[in-house]
Amino acid sequence: MIMKSVQIISTGLSLPSRAVTNDDLAAIEDTNDEWIVKRTGIRERRFTEGEESANSLALRAAERALKKSGIDRKKIGLVIVATLSGDYSTPSVASQLQQALGLDKDIPYFDINAACSGFPYAIETARSFLYANPERPYALVTGVEELSKLLDMTDRSTNILFGDGAGAVVIRLVEGSYASVLGAQSSLAINCMGAKSDSSYIRMDGKEVFRFAVRILPHMINTTLEKAGMTYDQIDWFVCHQANKRIIDHVVRAMKLPGEKFYCNIDRIGNTSGASIPICIAEMEEKGLLHSGEKLLLLGFGSGLTWGSCIVSYR
Amino acid sequence: MDFEKLQEIIADELDVDKDEVKPEAKLIDDLGADSLSIVELQMTIEDESGVKIPEEDVQKLVTVQDIFDEIKKAE
Repeated sequence: MIMKSVQIISTGLSLPSRAVTNDDLAAIEDTNDEWIVKRTGIRERRFTEGEESANSLALRAAERALKKSGIDRKKIGLVIVATLSGDYSTPSVASQLQQALGLDKDIPYFDINAACSGFPYAIETARSFLYANPERPYALVTGVEELSKLLDMTDRSTNILFGDGAGAVVIRLVEGSYASVLGAQSSLAINCMGAKSDSSYIRMDGKEVFRFAVRILPHMINTTLEKAGMTYDQIDWFVCHQANKRIIDHVVRAMKLPGEKFYCNIDRIGNTSGASIPICIAEMEEKGLLHSGEKLLLLGFGSGLTWGSCIVSYR
Repeated sequence: MDFEKLQEIIADELDVDKDEVKPEAKLIDDLGADSLSIVELQMTIEDESGVKIPEEDVQKLVTVQDIFDEIKKAE
């Protein structure tokens, strides 16, 4: 028996307490609720406040996932965080989880930056690692972003889109169909300046990214299913990065896929980049939408430009 | 691509009645398009007709007739 497929054992969710509505944004810039909803599907997003930060959100989501899993923490063999907005450029978010979660020191802790594709990248990395190191059979994979601190509040083409939050999963390997597709093509269509910059703000060419997204999603869906030897109807949930409701609508329409299988929370959460997919999965579990053995096709795409997809099952 | 096919695509993409898609109708002012729906429209036309509409030309297309002329030029 080859244990090569990824199974989600448990999930954890952590959202900041402060909800920012479109009306709140309309109070500080020339925009309005109708305009934002029509173009993005977003009605509100969460921003951190007070003591909340990327690291604290990640910790809370990870703690919840670990607690729910009921596993012995010594059996966690790997901790990965998908993020581009941790509290520090270094140390990583993952390294700061070690002590607070009471995890063993002698395992790898690292962050992955593949922007909005980060979570599928992290899952595939964890899968390969668990496969090679079966003595500790579980991995903790978290996605977190605090994008509110990277927003130019004078740029209404970006500041309406993004939000903060974290989701985490505990995974193990099981027998079953698995496939992943990870890729990148060099582009600065979405960027955020690094250490050399005075002001680090997210900049985006929205039309270019939209064009990319609606081309890469069908490629990912078809290629991943083909590699796994599966068909559309064997997927119970399409968990797509929440970038813009219209990207998902376009792909559902163009590919004639069942829209009800695409979980969407962008209306309440906005675009949380590397955190969006695990936030969706954690919400789905909380709402009782996930059933044992169901197959989820995770679909990330974003800055890089990068893309990443993989098939996971629910315990 | 004939004009009727273009009318169908535009009506479908912009969720308007086919009768409204007259040659002189303006995409944004009359048919309620926005920047993203114009990208979607451009991509669908490219997929359906096999022609490539350059990005810089898309910005100049105001009316349904403008699009039709652009397709004919590219064909």
